[in-house]
Amino acid sequence: MNYFIQQLINGLTLGSIYGLIAIGYTMVYGIIGMVNFAHGDVFMVGAFVSLITVIIFGVTGTTNIALGIGALILVAAISMFIAGVYGWTIERLAYRPLRGSFRLAPLITAIGVSIFLQNFVQATQGARVKPMSAIISGGFTILEGNDFVVRITYMQILIIVLTFLLMSGFTYLISKTSLGRAQRACEQDMKMAMLLGIDVNTTISTTFVIGAALAAVAGLMYLLYYGVIDFYIGFSAGIKAFTAAVLGGVGSLPGAMLGGLVIGLIEVFFAAYFSSEYKDVAAFSMLIIVLIFMPQGLLGRPEIEKV
Amino acid sequence: MSLHDQTSSSFLPMIKRSVIATIIAFFLFLPTLGIKTSASGGVDGLFLTYRWLLLAIGCGLIFVGRIVYELFWAPKDGVQKPAKAQFGLVKALGSAKVAKTIGPLLLVFAVAFPFLPFSDRYILDLGILIITYVMLGWGLQIVVGLAGLLDLGYVAFYAVGAYSYALLSIHFGFGFWMCLPLAGLLAATWGIILGFPVLRLRGDYLAIVTLAFGEIIRIILLNWRGFTGGSNGLSSIPRPSFFGLPFNQDPGGFAATFGLEYSSMQRIVFLYFLILALAVFTFFVTARLRRLPIGRAWEALREDEIACRSLGINTVNTKLSAFAIGAMFGGFAGSFFAAKQAFVSPESFNFMESATILAIVVLGGMSSQLGVVFSAIAMVGGVELLRQLQFLKVIFGNDFDPSQLRLLLFGLAMVLMMLWRPRGLVSTRMPTVFLKDKKTVSAAMISQGRG
Amino acid sequence: MSQPLLSVNNLTMRFGGLTAVDAVSFDVYRNHITAVIGPNGAGKTTAFNCITGFYKPTDGQIVLRHKYDKEFKLEEMEDFRISQHAKVARTFQNIRLFGGMTVLENLMIAQHNHLMKASAYTIGGIFNTPSYQRAQEAAKQKALAWMDRVGITDRADDPAAALPYGAQRKLEIARAMCTDPVLLCLDEPAAGLNPKESEELNALLRSIRDNDDVGILLIEHDMSVVMEISDHIIVLDYGRKISDGNATEVRNDPAVIKAYLGVVEE
Repeated sequence: MNYFIQQLINGLTLGSIYGLIAIGYTMVYGIIGMVNFAHGDVFMVGAFVSLITVIIFGVTGTTNIALGIGALILVAAISMFIAGVYGWTIERLAYRPLRGSFRLAPLITAIGVSIFLQNFVQATQGARVKPMSAIISGGFTILEGNDFVVRITYMQILIIVLTFLLMSGFTYLISKTSLGRAQRACEQDMKMAMLLGIDVNTTISTTFVIGAALAAVAGLMYLLYYGVIDFYIGFSAGIKAFTAAVLGGVGSLPGAMLGGLVIGLIEVFFAAYFSSEYKDVAAFSMLIIVLIFMPQGLLGRPEIEKV
Repeated sequence: MSLHDQTSSSFLPMIKRSVIATIIAFFLFLPTLGIKTSASGGVDGLFLTYRWLLLAIGCGLIFVGRIVYELFWAPKDGVQKPAKAQFGLVKALGSAKVAKTIGPLLLVFAVAFPFLPFSDRYILDLGILIITYVMLGWGLQIVVGLAGLLDLGYVAFYAVGAYSYALLSIHFGFGFWMCLPLAGLLAATWGIILGFPVLRLRGDYLAIVTLAFGEIIRIILLNWRGFTGGSNGLSSIPRPSFFGLPFNQDPGGFAATFGLEYSSMQRIVFLYFLILALAVFTFFVTARLRRLPIGRAWEALREDEIACRSLGINTVNTKLSAFAIGAMFGGFAGSFFAAKQAFVSPESFNFMESATILAIVVLGGMSSQLGVVFSAIAMVGGVELLRQLQFLKVIFGNDFDPSQLRLLLFGLAMVLMMLWRPRGLVSTRMPTVFLKDKKTVSAAMISQGRG
Repeated sequence: MSQPLLSVNNLTMRFGGLTAVDAVSFDVYRNHITAVIGPNGAGKTTAFNCITGFYKPTDGQIVLRHKYDKEFKLEEMEDFRISQHAKVARTFQNIRLFGGMTVLENLMIAQHNHLMKASAYTIGGIFNTPSYQRAQEAAKQKALAWMDRVGITDRADDPAAALPYGAQRKLEIARAMCTDPVLLCLDEPAAGLNPKESEELNALLRSIRDNDDVGILLIEHDMSVVMEISDHIIVLDYGRKISDGNATEVRNDPAVIKAYLGVVEE
């Protein structure tokens, strides 16, 4: 039972990370109807920027929580900014010229961007994995059984709380502000939105920047949680986050978060109880099962085929 | 307005835009080119190396590049230039007559290729590689180009073919010609098994699901050690022989039988002709299929699935047939791959392979078989050229490995080529049946399915 | 009168809380033109999609009778089987042609099932067997005959998307007829046609009715077309059938006048 609760905590932490990445997929898919294949790699870039800034600030291994959190906020801000620039540039250079073109074209460029980013980071940062010691160490012991101790680290608390805060913030942004209205208008009918004076290009760019910034936070969390990154982490995290977006219902922000949590839990539990080698198979199979039996996702709207 | 006026009036804004681009580039390059994380072996294990010179070079290139772009390519005065005349060759590929001439010429060239003076072992290996990709491209073209089903996991069928050959020949001692149809059949079966549940999905979803399938198969190959050898793969796969004559120095070998002097090139030439024959077979079968009711139904499916259903076409079966036949050719090619390498491991079947094959098809043009040939040459051959760029070591230092740049430039090329020709080299399509005369259908008319 | 070709009984279709078609019943006869009319949102297209299998009706029976008393329960059949076995062909309100394929190709695809059999499910086709060649040639002739009838033979080798609007409408009807239907369902065939094209359409529909042994069911907004060529008119409003009869009867039905013009004010 204690083992189970421990896995639950781990799964929720991992799920928060996936959820944050999934938001980028879900928003972009919602607004321009494309799978931004390079999104996972923007997440990876965010993790690398976080790593660099963490080393610059030299805050690893501190036990002063206030100092640690303060430094982390700064790190997060910097990597959100840089990842945002990446997101903006990718949209501007690789996707915008192909908007309204042949539908496979942007997907191919997205794959191209993904390959480029991976290898760009590999070429500039080296292929080796980058280990980093924990920034905030320590945690609580929640339950103590005879055989197994359930612990939640400060890091996990931080990740879950931060995710929750960001989620609420962005849900507010999308549902209440003019940016959110513009996004929803573009989602419904881009041409009409343009005619009504909405700056479609800016709206789409902003969507990419927001998605990339959230992915950067996820990258930071991934770095903190696993303590090790490499140039390839974006690929499988990207697919899982996309799975999360689909599972939650594409276009729905709470759905993306919920999907992320479910995928995180599945992965962790599968690794804990069955086989860690096949944990990715479990997550990918989940994607297939969801798409076949519940293509509209948990919180998505069903699609009626128009004849 | 004279050219001079135009230049001077737009000079300052141009500089301004270039500066902005450079600032953006600065932020992009700062954490990549500018600062490198290196392992040191200390407590934290990492320290930073600052490479300001590299960063400055990167930003400088962007600044100059942007100015050059504005001067030579960018739309002037906000007016998009009318689409430039296509390159002669590219345009010509679309016309029926030219295609009819180039095709046989290419085949003659391909047959003569091993005997040309410059064809050493390296060139021939490259030729084999390119033809393998052409064959894979033609196989995937059925799925993506004709039926309009976006398959990002095509490499899975390539893997099934390769492992089928490896396992059948190792465990049962089956020869190549026995394994080949079996491998194709197994790959097609897998195509149906994987395709059946997911073919109802919309384009992008289908793409991701097929990608997931590809990864699942790779992970299984990687971890099912008892069966597939895990990450070590399967080695000492029997090599194909020339009608029972092995390529070795034995008296019963190929060279001795034909009274030739033994040379390791003989096997390479044989493999070359083997893949050429397989590719030509693929070409004729796929070209024929396209003109049959099944092929027309595939294209109709790409154009409008609902209309297909209203005409009594069983869309599920039609999609499955495209998936299975595409997979079958992937299986053939995979079985050739295993025979050529005498070694298979999961590493050969990663997502990059699927992406490469898909890029070849999309860049080649969705329904042009000739386009696939040229895009395979450009993609595989061009990337291979990069391996030769050893002079870059002079610039980047000795621990720089140009083959790392290979994939980087491959990704970049994918983006640039799509921006240049979103519909591929040959974007027109040839009607499958005609009354009086065969006119090519222009790209603008062709629909790409429901997205 | 003989048995109806198509009997729609108590057809109901709900989307969530909205009842688009509410217990509608009517019959369609062979060699008749039956029109379904009604204001926007009356449920015409929904009823149509139920008959052709694109929607599964919430309730009700749709029975199609071939000659020799062979019956099909359309509400239980998949859409493509309705076309393939029950022989119901349809067109679409927003024309759905295979735009990148030529006119001739469009008409060949309509004969897909027949040609698939002739090509021995592709195997015979690959070897180009004589029987497949014959079938292919026959299919071409049939396509040619229909192109002649609708008057687009000179555009046979042009992509369908390049045809003018009126010709596209005709091609869609020709394509539907190439499936050898017993019931032809037309969704607003006259929409967007000019008066001359409309006139040609009327002639074409009459000729199909009189010569091809099919029943025609059509949805139409254009009253002039409906009144002129229909043998039988069904009026829907808010998903319910409000009138049923020939042109004169329907025209004078107070319920119809009310639905179309609103309540007449004093």
